[in-house]
Amino acid sequence: MSGSKKAMIWERDEKAILKLHKPEEQMEYILVTDVGSTTTKARLFQKVKGDWRYVLSGEAPTTVEAPYENVIMGVQNAIREIEELTGLKILSEEGRIIKPHSEGRGVDFYCSTSSAGGGLQMTVAGVIKTMTAESANRAALGAGAIVMDAIAVDDDRPDYEKIDRLRHLRPDMILLAGGTDGGTTTLVMQIAELISAADPKARLGADYKLPLVYAGNIDVRPAIQGLMKEKFTLDIVDNLRPQLEVENTEPARRAIHELFMEHVMSHAPGYPELMKWTDLDILPTPAGEGMAIQLIAYMEKKNVIGVGLGGATTNVYSIFDGKFVRSVSANLGMSYSISNVMKEAGIDNILRWIPFEIEKGSLIDILRNKMIRPTTIPHTLKSLLVEHAVAREALRLGLRHHKTIATRLKGARTEHRMVGDMLEYSLLETYIEMMKISIIAGTGGLLSHAPRRGQALLVLTDAFQPEGVTKLYQDSVFMMPHLGVLSKAFPEIAWNIFDKDCLIRLGTVIAPAGAANMGEPVVDVKMEMPDGVIFQKELNFGEIVGVPLAEWTSARATISPKRGFDVGAGRGKSLETVVEGGVVGVVVDARGRPLVLPENDEERRKSLRKWFDVLQLYPEGFAEDDLK
Amino acid sequence: MKDMANTKEKDDLAEEAYAYTPGLKVKRNMIVSKSRSLPIPGEVLCEKGAKVSFDTIVARTNILGIPNIIKAADILNVEGDVLPAFLVKKVGDPVKEGDIIAKYAPFFGLIKRFVRSPVEGVIETISDITGFIVVREPPTPIEVKAYISGTVSEVLPGRGITVETQAALIQGIFGIGGETHGILLTVVGSADEILSEEKILPEHKGKIVVGGSLVTLGAFRKAMDLGVAGIIVGAIRGLDLTECLGYELGVAITGDEAIKTTLIVTEGFGRIGMSARTFNLLKDLEGYEASINGTTQIRAGVIRPEIIIAHQKGALRSEDEKLTGGMRPGTPVRIIHEPYFGRIGVVESLPANLQEIQTESPVRVLTVKLEEGIVIVPRANVEIIEE
Repeated sequence: MSGSKKAMIWERDEKAILKLHKPEEQMEYILVTDVGSTTTKARLFQKVKGDWRYVLSGEAPTTVEAPYENVIMGVQNAIREIEELTGLKILSEEGRIIKPHSEGRGVDFYCSTSSAGGGLQMTVAGVIKTMTAESANRAALGAGAIVMDAIAVDDDRPDYEKIDRLRHLRPDMILLAGGTDGGTTTLVMQIAELISAADPKARLGADYKLPLVYAGNIDVRPAIQGLMKEKFTLDIVDNLRPQLEVENTEPARRAIHELFMEHVMSHAPGYPELMKWTDLDILPTPAGEGMAIQLIAYMEKKNVIGVGLGGATTNVYSIFDGKFVRSVSANLGMSYSISNVMKEAGIDNILRWIPFEIEKGSLIDILRNKMIRPTTIPHTLKSLLVEHAVAREALRLGLRHHKTIATRLKGARTEHRMVGDMLEYSLLETYIEMMKISIIAGTGGLLSHAPRRGQALLVLTDAFQPEGVTKLYQDSVFMMPHLGVLSKAFPEIAWNIFDKDCLIRLGTVIAPAGAANMGEPVVDVKMEMPDGVIFQKELNFGEIVGVPLAEWTSARATISPKRGFDVGAGRGKSLETVVEGGVVGVVVDARGRPLVLPENDEERRKSLRKWFDVLQLYPEGFAEDDLK
Repeated sequence: MKDMANTKEKDDLAEEAYAYTPGLKVKRNMIVSKSRSLPIPGEVLCEKGAKVSFDTIVARTNILGIPNIIKAADILNVEGDVLPAFLVKKVGDPVKEGDIIAKYAPFFGLIKRFVRSPVEGVIETISDITGFIVVREPPTPIEVKAYISGTVSEVLPGRGITVETQAALIQGIFGIGGETHGILLTVVGSADEILSEEKILPEHKGKIVVGGSLVTLGAFRKAMDLGVAGIIVGAIRGLDLTECLGYELGVAITGDEAIKTTLIVTEGFGRIGMSARTFNLLKDLEGYEASINGTTQIRAGVIRPEIIIAHQKGALRSEDEKLTGGMRPGTPVRIIHEPYFGRIGVVESLPANLQEIQTESPVRVLTVKLEEGIVIVPRANVEIIEE
């Protein structure tokens, strides 16, 4: 899978190559860190017999906040852990990274991602909520930002409310779009004047000039310059919606990245020094993670959905027909934001995934206690099952949010549509079709720490409800951001490590889309296993089955859905394909799409226990002895 | 002695960060310093060495007034670029509410249209592109109070001060409501007792009431009705918190709630007895003036709610000065996750190898000696009780 021809399609940061300490082929060690909000995670990679591999990790608390206020300390501590575990001396007496590697000391290349201090926080603005403001939102998200608010002329809020919001938000940066080139000027200036009047302050302090990227109608540039240049650090780039039918977010994304480095990172404690250490620009962690997910799509040439289920946020990435979109649900997560999952999903939606009786009040207290002590881990099976229930809802909501961003360009005219149809057209839904998603890749503590891999597979399946034939991946060790940033300079090295040491193939899920009555036949699956044995089974509605098929093996399959069901070839039509194995194997899911759980509580718990048992997700007897 | 975190050299701090994550502070006697600063530069009203009380105003400034956008061209029914021709005021002019800023009288004055200022303020901008006029309201004054009684130890010119005082400091785990102060009063007999409605009395108005394991919804509502300044208690039920607030809290970022009574819980949600150490300390300091703040932020840059009770009770004791040096056998800990939630014990051993727990996860564990015996707990599920 590491063919150089494929890797060449990846955009490589040539600047980084120029700064190499030694020729690429002579490099032996690469160090990458991710400076997270709470933990700094260092990963060491080494070339072994010509093959780049992951060696090990070192982690330490991030030291960006008081009383330390120097991110370097956490980085050094994480590196020291690697030094202790490997015996490889990486830091000099002065505490700097030794480069290049020579005489058994140092590394040849170092780069980093960062989300410390809340990452990159932005406010975006545009003229029309569903057009330029939405494009600005996508551009900021794609650059790895958390979007605090999207302001638009038509966003249904009165001006004073928008002004009040702008005065209270303290972003790192503002992205202002609006108008097509040659289009409206008045409306663009209306939103610009509103921002100027609100005089928003930067998160870094009132003394600091807030960066503002203007990516709107080119005709308004002189007026924007006159209005904004005193109050803001202004950067003017190409319009991100030069025409209604075109979205060009790349210039805005690049400007955001440069301003992030020059005006945000360089003011954060310890970062000016860290920026000197790194051989590549520091990327926001979600941007690194997004690059890693894109790497999967590029290498496998498939539509991919990736998800990072964190403690505070859930990032969803999609590459669908070549289009990359990222969404971040800033308050959906498994620890800091666990109560917000409960709030947004509703307690009943969490309860529906729990296979034992529990009072709502007790469940609420359990989740609130996790929120206030976010670093605690499940000690009992009961608490593990509760967390898996919450994860299903966090992921479901994260994907739902993603679909509101991964939409067709609203306002774009097609051959069959007139201007008058725009409103109707703007109501069209997402372009993401689960039937056309071939790979789902998950990362984040809950998924990677799941005691049995099958648990991660079913959590992802229940939440995302893949249709047809879908491969499921997850990472072994948290290093997607690391490999993403590394891929900027060395895509082949990054993919080699990704493929061999990071991605765990959980297996393949075969899920016919459609609905029936409980017990009615849904699909007939026939698989020719690698040892020649034929597996054949007809599944009825409500059933799920697991078929062991090891990682790196595959089976020829004939999947014949019953009338009304579709596995990718059309309703009732057979699909012949090759399914790939994984640590869990192949899971045939005949529970229907959309997945419907029994309404009766006892029936629902019984179904959950049956599914968990069939896939051997939890220790035997989990439902009887430990939980009652 | 100063708070350790503020006095140690940064190199040592890096080492400390590497070694452990501290628990919540329950300190009987220490020098507490609080930084009191303005959000934007302004005037500092105290000098170094000055004695301040919790309600002394120590700094003040003015925040830029609210801008009001007037869609003037729309009101006059003219294009934006001709708006200047109809102005009767210019940029920089002060205006009162109702003052005419622009007028248009076509057809020999048969039709008259006026643009009036909706507020008192100053005309900041007039746009001949959009036809918008911005009137900026007068600046809003803001003041910062000392919050704790003590001595000004540092002055940051134009920014604020640092107040220092000898006090007991207790950190809660979660709170709602902002800064307040009042006389400390314990109204329950033990740390396990429920703070129920009948225990809240009219004479508790303006006081900080200490309860036991749980504050009921009725008790908290009554406290708010009677004007109780604050409640410190072991826990509250999650459902009751929603009732108190009137909305469901999603993320633990609090302090700005519009409630009359600040609430600080020391243990968590459900019914959990307040730790004996915290309860006894609060009881011991009954009658003292306490400054409390429910502000909580559980994310990077963690802020826990705090109770600061300035007192001169006894000299600094040597055991109060020691640093928590990480977890070791004998360290007092609180278990912070099921199935032993809220239990207090001491570390018995810290096995080096990973151990499989009921979930089948291999994790780092420790053994904790509780009253009824020794239990195995993931290390992530205990917190050090800082002495």
